[in-house]
Amino acid sequence: MRARLLAALAGLSLLAGGPARAAPDNFDQVERGRYLVVLGDCVACHMSTSGNHEGSQGFVGGRPIETPFGNIVTPNITPDRATGIGTWSADDFYRAMHEGVRPNGAHLYPAFPYTYFTRMPRADTDAILAYLNTLEPVNNAVDRNTLPFPFNIRASMLAWNALFFEPGEFRPDPNRSAEWNRGAYIVEGPAHCGACHTPKNLAGADRTSEHFVGGPLQGWFATNLTGDQRTGLGAWSVEEIVEYLGKGRNARSAASGPMAEVVEYSTSLMSEADLRAIAVYLKEPPVAAPAAPARTALAGDNTQMVTGEAIYLDRCMACHRRDGEGVPRMFPRLAGSQVVQQEGNETLLRVVLQGVRAAYSPHAPTSPAMPAFGWRLNDDQTAAVTTYIRNAWGNAAPAVTAADAGRMRDLLRDRP
Amino acid sequence: MEPGGAQLMRRLPRKDAVIIGLGWTGAIMGHELCQAGLEVVALERGPWRDTASDFNIGTAPDELRYGIRGELFLNNSQDSVTARNKMDQVALPIRKWGSFLPGNGVGGSGVHWNGHTWRFLPSDFNILSHYRERYGEGIFPENHSIQDWGISYDELEPYYDKFEYLAGISGQAGNINGEIQPGGNPFEGRRQRGYPTPPLKGQHAQDLFSKAATELGFKPFPMPSANISQAYTNPLGVTLAPCTYCGFCERFGCANYSKASPQTTVLPVLMRHPGFEARTQCEVVRVLKSSDGKTATGVVYIDAQGQEWEQPADLVIMAAYQLWNVRLMLYSGIGKPYDPSTGEGVVGRNYAYQANSSVNGFFDNTHAFNHWAGAGSLGITADEYNGDNFDHTGLNFVGGANINCTSFHARPISARPIPPGTPRWGSAWKKATREAYNTFANVGSQGSVMSFRDNYLDLDPTYKDRLGRPLLRMTFDFKPNEERMSAYVTEKMVPIMRAMGAKQIVANPKKGPWNVVPYQTTHNTGGAVMGDNPRTSAVNKYLQVWDMPNVFVLGASAFPQNAGYNPTGTVGALTYLAADAIVSQYLKNPGQPLVQA
Repeated sequence: MRARLLAALAGLSLLAGGPARAAPDNFDQVERGRYLVVLGDCVACHMSTSGNHEGSQGFVGGRPIETPFGNIVTPNITPDRATGIGTWSADDFYRAMHEGVRPNGAHLYPAFPYTYFTRMPRADTDAILAYLNTLEPVNNAVDRNTLPFPFNIRASMLAWNALFFEPGEFRPDPNRSAEWNRGAYIVEGPAHCGACHTPKNLAGADRTSEHFVGGPLQGWFATNLTGDQRTGLGAWSVEEIVEYLGKGRNARSAASGPMAEVVEYSTSLMSEADLRAIAVYLKEPPVAAPAAPARTALAGDNTQMVTGEAIYLDRCMACHRRDGEGVPRMFPRLAGSQVVQQEGNETLLRVVLQGVRAAYSPHAPTSPAMPAFGWRLNDDQTAAVTTYIRNAWGNAAPAVTAADAGRMRDLLRDRP
Repeated sequence: MEPGGAQLMRRLPRKDAVIIGLGWTGAIMGHELCQAGLEVVALERGPWRDTASDFNIGTAPDELRYGIRGELFLNNSQDSVTARNKMDQVALPIRKWGSFLPGNGVGGSGVHWNGHTWRFLPSDFNILSHYRERYGEGIFPENHSIQDWGISYDELEPYYDKFEYLAGISGQAGNINGEIQPGGNPFEGRRQRGYPTPPLKGQHAQDLFSKAATELGFKPFPMPSANISQAYTNPLGVTLAPCTYCGFCERFGCANYSKASPQTTVLPVLMRHPGFEARTQCEVVRVLKSSDGKTATGVVYIDAQGQEWEQPADLVIMAAYQLWNVRLMLYSGIGKPYDPSTGEGVVGRNYAYQANSSVNGFFDNTHAFNHWAGAGSLGITADEYNGDNFDHTGLNFVGGANINCTSFHARPISARPIPPGTPRWGSAWKKATREAYNTFANVGSQGSVMSFRDNYLDLDPTYKDRLGRPLLRMTFDFKPNEERMSAYVTEKMVPIMRAMGAKQIVANPKKGPWNVVPYQTTHNTGGAVMGDNPRTSAVNKYLQVWDMPNVFVLGASAFPQNAGYNPTGTVGALTYLAADAIVSQYLKNPGQPLVQA
């Protein structure tokens, strides 16, 4: 009930366009702000390095965000006047969200996804600030300048913005349904899905021609969200997307890695109507996505396939089953899985070598874990079994080499 | 710090409830109390254990580490018991667990159990009055202290149901609302609905047993199992996966989320409950009492660093293993200690155990039993000689046993069935091992043990634990009643094995004296038994201490005697019963007894 009410409120703000009339005690605005913070998954980046995200601890900053240019540490956004944003006006906040510029004129890096938040109307950024201002201020000074030269020169963002940034609030498409437009707003605005799922150019900006085709990300491979049947969401129904985002799993898959955080701090707390709107939008993208490269499965007598199958039978089959069907909502289905068939093999290698734990959500509390196999499979074996998984049961994806496995092993050793 | 390293006890903020031990009973009770809005802390003396972190599929099925060296069991250097058969003997400490294997750590023995999940028979609960009415006073053995439970099967039925649906138990119902169901146990009490998941798939041994027993007039049925047959999401939202028949259940943690345990059914929800907190490596050393001795005020515990803490609480839930519940009551002066010379007192009274037997069959090589593909409770059962399902007239014993044929493992170190007369080493032993490994089958019985005046628990006068506290002393033996029962039921098992086609049959009925060395069963019961009379029971039918109403004592310590079944189903049901009584009655009027003495 509460979630539905919030969704209605959030929807109102979008459609009304102007500042919503706040209740005398500001409650409506604060609640809307709280829900927008959920939509924006603000906690995932701004939470305490201790992992505590209760109340203000979700916003004290200090977490390093890994980028190809170096780590960027997130700021304290509690209303502390000395170390947080307690002195910011609503205008200041809107400018930061909308243009990526701090009150002192310094430019923010797009690791802070203002390139998406710019789609949010003023009423929504005002609501977020109103909510943040209800938090207990926490004094937590964060070193905000951790990038190496030359990326530490914030003025360089002027040129970057000129090249890659198009500010502007979301404009609904009058030819589409309200639900689709709501989904488009959430996905392209506060939820900033493309920040991970759209590949970046050398300057770290979205390759707009490859919207949602997925790409390497912090030692994972963010999956393809286009309608591609094999690697994208083409085979997923709206209901399956809703279940995945709301519970962190569905009959096909389980959220893990960075997506587990998205589920835990954001999508599992969204209203079902909003999840459905997101799914409807993802299933009907405004622009047809570029086709993923066609792939043919490796032959069954391929050496890696033969070795990989033997390893699979010994090590993987108990949970994922002989036919790769897994156990719905416990152990992911590998047959037809988009995750294992991505162009990049990072996620699959990482999960096999290091193990992973599925997302927790109050609706799916089990949070089962896949154990690490890095200690018992060498690089050749790891490559063989992942190649097999990518090419068995009708799957098709490029073979994995022992060198790929070795690189992932090195990466995990350096950054466990 | 005081001289000598002792530290002053520190006092912690009060909680609504403190739970001692975080196994099945502690976890279920913790969840029920938190749902009722209480602030709860559970103190567990062993380590944290979870499937994801501790039961990796690559390391969990390690027979040497877990099966032989017993990593999941209480370490004997931390705690043990002393044991003797008779009151005129000097008890000696058990320095290496043998006959039974108490668990340790979060999940307790619920981590390493096999998963047989039974309901006791209706006549088990009013055993004294039932036998007296049917057979007269003469049926009872000399010196017995058999008594009714103070609760009926029908009162407990909803709570059995709750536990079975929490755990996803796989089985075939035999009696739904009075209607006998084909393929189930026709002797079981009426149940409100079937099991949450269908039975496991039987192996060759179960097929043979089923056919042979049916021909002999038995009505065999699948053993109800906590190794579950298909994926199941319980009412708390926690999901279990289907059993893979790997055979690493008893003595092991399940790596596949397939065996019901606190970890796979309750803890994922409970650990995130805002009202709940668990502290591991924290051993409760005594329960504190008010100055008038009528109320518990909290507990004292020692953490891993040796620091002593006082945890005040309004409600004290004793949820440790049966033996340790009894010992903690004795240490803390809760309830009157039992005195076998006068028969007075209640704490330590009516300790009982389980009288198991086996019939081993060696088959020719046309049979391949492949017990390797087994599960802890993959089995088939016949209940014709359990409880009072058969006429005891002239048999001269009380009780009975269920008859089972299981395929629960063929682990390489311990599964070494060899026919009698085989040399213990050398080429003849190797040959026999090779031949018997896959052509051996077993029919076993899980027998009841009645209670007797001189089977009891008290504090040992000699041996102390690492903290200087006396060890618990067990005085126990199998009595002629149990030997006669076991001989009778085992005799009924032999024809089944013969009909199964074994070429060589070895029967092993239970005989005294009780020996602490070979493993028998971890079904220790009694010592803080429930009942309707405070002179013969430590707790009332809600497991509430008669003369200290804010203390509840959960677990098999409440069984007045043991039935011919594994205890966990009844332990779970009694926990739900107690939780319901606390939430719906006690909390409305705290500090009051729920039953007037």
